[in-house]
Amino acid sequence: MTGSNVRRTNRRDRCRRFTCGGMLALAGTASLSVAALAVAAGGDSSRVAVLDARELKPGGEATTPGSTDHRDAFSRFSNGIGLDGEARFKLGNAIFRKLWVSSPSSTKSSDGLGPLYNARGCQNCHLKDGRGRPPQADWPEETAVSMFLRLSVPPTSEEERRLLAEHRAATLPEPTYGGQLQNFSVQGHAAEGQMTIAYTDHPVKLGDGTVVTLRRPGYGVSNLGYGPMRADVMMSPRVAPQMIGLGLLEAIPEAAIRAAADPDDRDGDGISGRASEVWSRELGRVTLGRFGFKAGNPSVRQQSADAFNGDMGLSTSLFPRPSGDCTSAQSTCLSAPNGNSPSETDPEVSDQLLDLVTFYARNLAVPQRRGANTPEVLAGKASFAALGCATCHTPMHMTGDMPGQPHLSGQTIWPYTDLLLHDMGEGLADGRPEGVASGSEWRTSPLWGIGLTETVSGHTYFLHDGRARSIEEAILWHGGEAQAARDGYANLSKAERAALVAFVNSL
Amino acid sequence: MKLRFATLAAAAPLLLAVTTHAGAAAPTPAAVLTAYADIAAAGYADAHAAAKKLQAAIDTLIAKPSDKTLAAARGAWVAARPSYQQTEAFRFGNKIVDDWEGKVNAWPLDEGLIDYVAGEYGGESPENELYAANVIANTSLKVGPDTLDTRVIDAALLEKLHEAGGVEANVAIGYHAIEFLLWGQDLNGTGPGAGNRPATDFDTNACTGGNCDRRAQYLKVVTAMLVDQLKTMADAWAAKGKARAEVTKGDGKAGLTAIFTGLGSLSYGELAGERMKLGLLLNDPEEEHDCFSDNTHNSHFYDAIGIRNVYFGTYTRTDGQALKGPSVSDLVRAKAPDNDAAVRKALDVTVAKMTALKERAEKVERYDQMIGQGNTEGNAVVQAAIDALIAQSKELERAMAVLGIEGVAFEGSDSLDAPGKIHKK
Repeated sequence: MTGSNVRRTNRRDRCRRFTCGGMLALAGTASLSVAALAVAAGGDSSRVAVLDARELKPGGEATTPGSTDHRDAFSRFSNGIGLDGEARFKLGNAIFRKLWVSSPSSTKSSDGLGPLYNARGCQNCHLKDGRGRPPQADWPEETAVSMFLRLSVPPTSEEERRLLAEHRAATLPEPTYGGQLQNFSVQGHAAEGQMTIAYTDHPVKLGDGTVVTLRRPGYGVSNLGYGPMRADVMMSPRVAPQMIGLGLLEAIPEAAIRAAADPDDRDGDGISGRASEVWSRELGRVTLGRFGFKAGNPSVRQQSADAFNGDMGLSTSLFPRPSGDCTSAQSTCLSAPNGNSPSETDPEVSDQLLDLVTFYARNLAVPQRRGANTPEVLAGKASFAALGCATCHTPMHMTGDMPGQPHLSGQTIWPYTDLLLHDMGEGLADGRPEGVASGSEWRTSPLWGIGLTETVSGHTYFLHDGRARSIEEAILWHGGEAQAARDGYANLSKAERAALVAFVNSL
Repeated sequence: MKLRFATLAAAAPLLLAVTTHAGAAAPTPAAVLTAYADIAAAGYADAHAAAKKLQAAIDTLIAKPSDKTLAAARGAWVAARPSYQQTEAFRFGNKIVDDWEGKVNAWPLDEGLIDYVAGEYGGESPENELYAANVIANTSLKVGPDTLDTRVIDAALLEKLHEAGGVEANVAIGYHAIEFLLWGQDLNGTGPGAGNRPATDFDTNACTGGNCDRRAQYLKVVTAMLVDQLKTMADAWAAKGKARAEVTKGDGKAGLTAIFTGLGSLSYGELAGERMKLGLLLNDPEEEHDCFSDNTHNSHFYDAIGIRNVYFGTYTRTDGQALKGPSVSDLVRAKAPDNDAAVRKALDVTVAKMTALKERAEKVERYDQMIGQGNTEGNAVVQAAIDALIAQSKELERAMAVLGIEGVAFEGSDSLDAPGKIHKK
C-alpha cells in the first residue's frame, strides 16, 4: 500500500455499531463458516479480509436464489414473500410495465397520461429494473429515455425561503417548466424540450502513471416548447436508478441511519454524513429522506407516487394534481382533459394500483453474490475497507420490524450505503440544492447488485448521470469527503485496483 | 412408459421416511420425481411435435397463401397450445425452465415491432423507440445508438430484437409473435372478433400489407426457432437431460419443493394474478394472454389441467396415450389423507370453473369481452376461476407442509411461508 493518505476505518467509532462488520478482521476472529482469507494486495499482513457467510446473501433471507447470469437478475421477488405476496408482486409488475394513455379514453383505469411526460410506463425508464443510461447522442439522433433533467430556481421571497427552511418543499420549480423537463407530451401539447449533453475529455493520472480519461458532461436544453427558462435555473441530470432492495433499505431503522450521521465531523475524519430531512406526504411531517440521488423521498410509496406524477403526469392520492408537472404558465396543459373523477377523490392511479406498484418496488430482490470468495475479490475487499470506502458505503445493516412485511424484517443486509448525504466535491456537483442537500452533496448509492449492471442493462454507466463508463471511472469521480479514499485508489498498483473493482463487481 | 414407472417405483430405495396410511406404501420421493420428469419429457415432446405440425402448416401457407391454408395454420397454432400450456406447471421451480421460458411464451408484446399496425396505434410510445419499428417493412432499425442491419431476417436478428433495448414488450419470438403474424391485431376492443389478417399478407403475387416476402420469411424463421426451443426443452427432460438430473438429484426434498412451488406459483401469482386478476382490475381487453387469436380461455384451461397432471402424476398425451406414475398426491395421502382429499377437491373445483369459462368463451362471449367494464356476468365467471385457483394454491401449501417441505430457494434456508422464522438471524 502506498501513500500516507490511506484512511483506516477504525478511526471511526461507527465500526462499533457493527456497520463495518465483516470488512476487517483478523484471521483468528473469523467466527463464520467460510474461512477464506485474503491479504490486501501490497503485503500488509494485518489487513486481511474474510468472507462472512451471510454476505453471500446481501439481502438477508429476502435475497433471491434466482440465476444471476440472466437479464432478469434484478426482476425477481423477495424470497419468503409467500404465494399471496408473489401474486401482488406480479400484479405490481404488470402495473409497472403498463403503458398509460391520454384522457379521455375507453379504458378509464389506464388513462391520465401527461399532458407532459418523460415516459408512458415505469418500465420504459426502469428497463429490466436496472439502471438507466445517458443517450449517446443528442435529440433527434437519440432520445433520452432513462434519464432526464430536474429543474429548480433559487428562492426570491421570504415565503419561498420559509417553505424550504421548514422542509415543506425541497426545491422551487422553474416557473414555466416546473420541477423537471418532460421531453414528451400527449397530442395537442408541445413537449417541453430536449436535454443536450456535451462531454469533454478529462484525463486523470494515477499513481503508477496510468492515464484514465474521464468524460466531463455539460448539460443544456434545446427546442424549448414554452419560451425561455428563468436565467437562474438550476438543472440536474438523473438516470433511472436500479430498483433492487428498496424495501430492505426502507426497513433500516431511522435511528440507526441517524446514529451514523456526523454533520459537523466531530470525529475529525473528514467525513460528515448528513441525514436528509424531507416532507412526508404520508405522515404529514418532516422525516428522514432515503430514496433518490439526494435522498429526497422518505418512502418507496412516496417515491413511486412522485414518479407517477413527475415522470408520467399521473395523479395519486399523495400527488393529486392530474396535470402532473404542468405549471400555471402552461395553461392549456393545466386545463387539458384528465383522468381524475370530477370529485378528484378518485385519482388517475388509484390507491390499489399505487399500493401494488409500491409492493413490487419494495420486493425487487437483491441477487446473490458471485465469486465472493476468490483471493482477488477478498484482496479487493480488504482494500475497500482500508481505503475508507466502507466509511460511507457502509457494508452491513440490520433491518427493523416492518409490520406486514415479515420477510423484510430482522434481516442482516449488505447494501454498502449509509443513506446519508456527503459532499462529493466540485467534480460531481450539480450546483442544485435539494432539501438539506447542497449542490455538491449526494446520498451514498447502494452498491449491491452493481456488478450485474452489464448483464441486466447491457452497459456499465454509473453515477447520477451515467457519466462514468466503468466502476473505475466512477471511483475516480469521487471527491470532497471521498477525496482521500479516491486518491488511495489512484495510488494502488494495477493489480490492486483490479482487485478492488473485482470486489465491487462481486457485490 | 407405464411399466417404467412401476419398475422404478419398486426398485428405488426409500430416501425419505414417509408414514404410511392403512398399509398403503407411499412411493419414494425419487419415484415421484422420476414420474414428474417423465411427464415433463412427454409434455415437451408433445409440444415439440405440435410445433412441427404448425411449422408444416405454415410452410403450406407460405407456399400457397389462401383463406384455407391460413385457416389451417391458425388451426395448427391453436392445436399446438394445449400441450405447451400443460407444461407451464413445470415453470417456477425449475430454473432451467424459467431461464428459457421468455423465448417461447413471452407476452404481452408491442406488435408494432414486428409488422404493420393500425394507424391509431402509432402515436404515443416514442420512448420505446421500437414500438412501431416494423422490422418486416424496414431493412435497418435503430436500437439505441446502434443501427441494426435488418435486410436479412434470420434467427440471429430475431434474437437481437427480442427484448431489444431492455424493453420487455419488444417480444420478437415465441408463440405470441407467431400468433400475431397469423391473426394480426384484434381491433375489436371488448366487442366480438379476433384479429383478421388476410391470407394475401403472405402472397408475393397479390401482396397486401406490403413486404409479403419478408413477412413470410419472418414467420418461417420464428416458427423454426420455436420448434428448436421446444426440442431443447424436451431433451432437457429426457433420460440424460439437465432438467431431469437437477430435479431428481439429492434426497428428493429440493425436487418435491420444486414441484409444489411450480404448482402454487402458476395457480396463484401467474394465472390467478397476472393473467386474470389484472384484466379484471383494469377492464382492459389488451390484458388477455392470447389476444390476437382470442384463444385465452384454452390457455387458462390447459394451465389448470397441467397443474392437475403434476399433482396426480398423470398425463394424457396428444395421441391419447395415458401416463400414470407415483405422485405427490400419493405422498400426501400416505401422510394425511384429509389433506390429499382437500387438494383433490380444490383441483376439481378449479377445473369446473375453468370449464365454465371455456364454455362461455366458446358459446357466449370471448375472454376479452368477459373482462370488459360493467360486464357483471362475464367478470363473475373469471372471478370464480380466480377464486378457485387461489383456494387450490392454499390447499397445495398445506399439503406441502404435510410433507415437511418448506422454502425452495437456498439449500438449508428457512420457510417460504413462515418468514417469521427468519427473524433476528
